[in-house]
Amino acid sequence: MDDILLQVLNGLDKGGAYALIALGLTIIFGTLGVVNFAHGALFMLGAFCAVTVKAVLGFEKVALDPTRLTAWGTPVEIRTTYVEAWFGDFGTLLLNFSVPVSIVIAIPIMLLIGIAMERGLIRYFYKRSHAEQILVTFGLAIVLQEIVKSQFGANPIPQPAPEAARGMIDFGAMIGMQAGGVVYPAWRLIYFLFSLLVIAAVFSFLQFTTFGMVVRAGMADRETVGLLGIDIDRRFTIVFGMAAVVAGLAGVMYTPILSPDYHMGMDFLVLSFVVVVVGGMGSLPGAVVAGFLLGIVQSFASMNEVKNIIPGIDQIIIYLIAVVVLLIRPRGLMGRKGVMEH
Amino acid sequence: MSKMNITRRGLLKGTALAGAGIAAPTILSSRGWAASYTNEPKGGTVTFGFNVPQTGAYADEGADELRAYQLAVEHINGDGDGGMLNTFSSKELKGNGINGKKVVFVTGDTQTKSDAARASAKRMIEKDGAVMITGGSSSGVAIAVQGLCQDAGVIFMAGLTHSNDTTGKDKRANGFRHFFNTEMSGAALGPVLEKEFGKDRVAYHLTADYTWGWSQEGSIKKYSEGLGWQTQAAVRTPLGAGDFSQYITPVLNSGADVLVLNHYGRDMVNSLTQAVQFGLRDKQVNGKDFAIVVPLYSRLMAQGAGENVKGIYGSTNWHWSLQDEGSKAFVKSFGQKYGFPPSQAAHTTYCQAILYADAAQRAGTFRPSGVGAALEGFSFDGLGNGPTEFRAEDHQCFKDVLVVKGKENPTSKFDVLEVVEITPRAQVEYPASLLGGELGPYNDGA
Repeated sequence: MDDILLQVLNGLDKGGAYALIALGLTIIFGTLGVVNFAHGALFMLGAFCAVTVKAVLGFEKVALDPTRLTAWGTPVEIRTTYVEAWFGDFGTLLLNFSVPVSIVIAIPIMLLIGIAMERGLIRYFYKRSHAEQILVTFGLAIVLQEIVKSQFGANPIPQPAPEAARGMIDFGAMIGMQAGGVVYPAWRLIYFLFSLLVIAAVFSFLQFTTFGMVVRAGMADRETVGLLGIDIDRRFTIVFGMAAVVAGLAGVMYTPILSPDYHMGMDFLVLSFVVVVVGGMGSLPGAVVAGFLLGIVQSFASMNEVKNIIPGIDQIIIYLIAVVVLLIRPRGLMGRKGVMEH
Repeated sequence: MSKMNITRRGLLKGTALAGAGIAAPTILSSRGWAASYTNEPKGGTVTFGFNVPQTGAYADEGADELRAYQLAVEHINGDGDGGMLNTFSSKELKGNGINGKKVVFVTGDTQTKSDAARASAKRMIEKDGAVMITGGSSSGVAIAVQGLCQDAGVIFMAGLTHSNDTTGKDKRANGFRHFFNTEMSGAALGPVLEKEFGKDRVAYHLTADYTWGWSQEGSIKKYSEGLGWQTQAAVRTPLGAGDFSQYITPVLNSGADVLVLNHYGRDMVNSLTQAVQFGLRDKQVNGKDFAIVVPLYSRLMAQGAGENVKGIYGSTNWHWSLQDEGSKAFVKSFGQKYGFPPSQAAHTTYCQAILYADAAQRAGTFRPSGVGAALEGFSFDGLGNGPTEFRAEDHQCFKDVLVVKGKENPTSKFDVLEVVEITPRAQVEYPASLLGGELGPYNDGA
């Protein structure tokens, strides 16, 4: 029972990342009709916002100690961070909380990146075929990856969680089970809760604001909304920026779980597309449900008891589920009629 | 009046004798060869082909290899401070190139993909005239390129490849490896693991699902089970999985008290980081402190895991903190040129370039069979790993192996590992027949 609960928790935190990326993909597809293969790169850019914030906060004053030499004969460098020198304990606190601090910085940056991407490139491909959209966005993803690699190198860059969130939480004891049976990393539980919060915020925004109402109307019938005199294109540009923010935030908070490198977006991209397809193209609730569902299924398929029966199942289970769902429900779990059907 | 009777038979005999007479000095001389060989250098230069990952996940390691190769070429051609040529036991290289020819080089990008690596090696051999191919950061790539070099008739001096198969079942006459292998890692780590963790342990392996991972898992199981350890499970994980948490959660309540991460590079960084995140480093199981072991460490990669490497044991081919004269000379030379210490990938590739150059100089030719004969059974010292030998039977270098541990109090970002033990060469030697395979004959090519 403990093992099963552990895998459920694991699937939920993994599913949180899938759901957030798939949510952004679905928003873009549902509003703009664009298949955005650069969405994984937005997740990666979000992660590198965190890396950059940490690097800026950790900017060091370098003094040379001529009395001590390195192994290659140059004076030893003594490094102290400016932020700690200037702000003392508050500086140390800032460094410790660099990942949460990055969220505040990442929101405007990702919004700008998203808007620039849409205005600078994507909008020229609205009326092109999906194949052409895939080619151009995939090309963009590769360009973004290479830019990041040229600046930050190819190796993963460690990004620790705040010290207070590095420990374990006895989840079993919290829900009345035997203590010590289901102990889970605190940051992963925080990530799961964070993903729920962002999902709720996105749904609330679309559901309860006038802006959201117009966007939803545009998703249902773009032409009619345009005929009503509403500049739907401008709103959709902001929606693209919003999707970039969601992907970026997912990336920022994921950095303590997975040390970021330039390739991390690609790892999530394919999985997220499967999530979108299983959830149903254009369905926001579908993307969220499928994200968590596939995360949990993937975790269970990696259990030794399962792998002993079907070796290698962990590596194909996601795609197997996609095949089965599409055979039974060709529009996906919660797909809308008419989307990608013409 | 004399009369010449020229018969057909007499003419043939005479021609044969004259031909033998002309050829005799070169046939009888060890340095004489009748036919040409692939990319025989004709002018004043000889071309090396450096095939390293310049893109992809191992690009940083590839960049370090390239730095080391450039340094080696400088030293062979007589520029710079000479580096380890000053400490190398063989004094054949005089700083004026090899066999009177200056060394030039071309580079290729393996992308850490076998097909791309073969394509770039092929291009360097066929288009650029490379007489030797060297480099790489993956066993799969090394084995693929080694096969290509064998067929093309050039020497392959392997870069960072740790699988037993490179000089085991997939060995080739034209291929030589300076780097150690998983068998040696197991032999070196075994006694240290026993000393640190005892004989009564239950191990759980997470293994990268490709040739190196299987080789590493096999070697560690062999030596740990030899100590009396049990193997609870050995789980194969896909290469580049990113998030390994679904493989780590089953470890938590499995009853195992040691986690062996047969992962390298980015996989190692991620799986180790996540294992520590799941509290395994601080966990107590079966009344013992839980232990994590990373059998193959790379300092470059360990930097990516940050604080998570603290106290974690593993093995490595070489480390910049070694205090022998060869290592000190190399660190000084590399550090002064680039501003930071070299990685083990840089060290092994520098050594490979120097060893090839020295062998070609001693052989007096770049012909693969000639260079190979000079490398086979060659004993040397002064290149940072103590007395070393290129074993003739499998073209594997035998030398001391380092057991290292993640440093508790690093003094700089390069200072992440500390050498716990230098395992003597005798302890990691094994019979060539153990790993199977056939070298086959040398191929000199054209």
